[in-house]
Amino acid sequence: MKMMMVSMARIRGVSAAVLLGLTVAGCGYNNIPTYEEQAKAKWADVQNNYQRRSDLIPNLVATVQGYAKQEKDVLTAVVEARAKATQVKIDVSQLTDPEKLQQFQAAQNQLSGALGRLLAVSENYPDLKSNQNFLALQSQLEGTENRITVARRDYIEAVRLYNTELKTFPGLLWAATFFRANKPMAEFAASDNAQTPPQVKF
Amino acid sequence: MITGRTSSLVARGGWRLAIGVIALLYTAFAVFAVSFPALTGRIVDQAKIISADSRNAIEPKLADLEAKSGIQLVVATVTSLEGQEIEPYANELFRGWKLGEKTKNNGVLLLVAPNEHRVRIEVGYGLEGTLTDALSKVIITNAIAPRFKTGDFSGGISRGVDDIITVLTTDSSEWQKRPSLRLDNQQNTDPTTWLLIAALIVLFILLVVSPGFRWLFLNLVLNILISSGGSRSGGGYSSGGGFSGGGGSSGGGGASGSW
Repeated sequence: MKMMMVSMARIRGVSAAVLLGLTVAGCGYNNIPTYEEQAKAKWADVQNNYQRRSDLIPNLVATVQGYAKQEKDVLTAVVEARAKATQVKIDVSQLTDPEKLQQFQAAQNQLSGALGRLLAVSENYPDLKSNQNFLALQSQLEGTENRITVARRDYIEAVRLYNTELKTFPGLLWAATFFRANKPMAEFAASDNAQTPPQVKF
Repeated sequence: MITGRTSSLVARGGWRLAIGVIALLYTAFAVFAVSFPALTGRIVDQAKIISADSRNAIEPKLADLEAKSGIQLVVATVTSLEGQEIEPYANELFRGWKLGEKTKNNGVLLLVAPNEHRVRIEVGYGLEGTLTDALSKVIITNAIAPRFKTGDFSGGISRGVDDIITVLTTDSSEWQKRPSLRLDNQQNTDPTTWLLIAALIVLFILLVVSPGFRWLFLNLVLNILISSGGSRSGGGYSSGGGFSGGGGSSGGGGASGSW
């Protein structure tokens, strides 16, 4: 009995509203914010892994110093590069700025270079090479470099997805109307240093 | 002048052609991807280097590990890395097979590429703290590589698996399965199911009553189908035989080695 009180027009109105919501969602309205959040999360992963590498370095430097104190230049270079790299941080809101990303990448590449030289120099010290602590650090460093590579790949993919959504139909319609503030995110520029992480050879 | 009959035939043929072309394109893209073996079980011995005895000894250990802790440890051997380094190959394979539970990411992949003389232990996100890079390297250097050097693949893999299980089960926080809280879930489903039924009734009524709504609904369904159909093809990840990945992923943790 009570159901009859609710008019047909009311039902139509509510259902139309619900359906409009579903259609809009189906047409990809949700994609832009979703992809944006995904890309930001992937960026956080990238930064975390670079930070992890940074954290390994003091221990590495201390271990090498125990055996190869005379290699002062190389050790100092690593310490300085690390200090510089930890200073350059990118907030998620700065991800649309390609220059910021380039600065970040440059600082990290410098650290990669210094690390590579340090590890190359360590080759000359057999006692150092067989030190358990050094071996553990080397494997941790390798693992971290691999994680960095994977995280960068994930980030690049997430950014590609997001940028493509902004440019293709129907994303570009939403971008032009509701998401005018959303700009494409910056990508990593391919650089030789980054592609070849410091190699550890036994 | 094309008659009605002919034009409808052409239209039908055109549809078939379009579907055929789309299907062809999908398969063409699949061919370009690196081919990975299918996840046929806990031991995928594509390179055929594991003896039957070893296999029968190792497999129950892997099943037991998963039963106790939810950790999916899979052993795989491949005939070729297809020009890739073992690190990205292992990571992609791990992700394609989705080893480990989705929420815990507790999968481990022991990958052996005998033709390239490379071995890798790829560790899922959730286990990186237990099966660390350093430990993985130690296991490879001490248990696996020396045996591989003498050609004893079965022994190396068997010992490697034992060591990995030891590491994973020594830290009891990893291998004690947490009981799933089923009770809470049941309470939540009742109002949701009713809401769903009500929504479906409304949908049905509207579909019957209004032709404009039918058109709108069809468009919506097509949109959803198109957007969900655009997923990447991975080239043969299909699993079989009751064992499948739990939805987990890996971030590149672990260690590699050669012999």
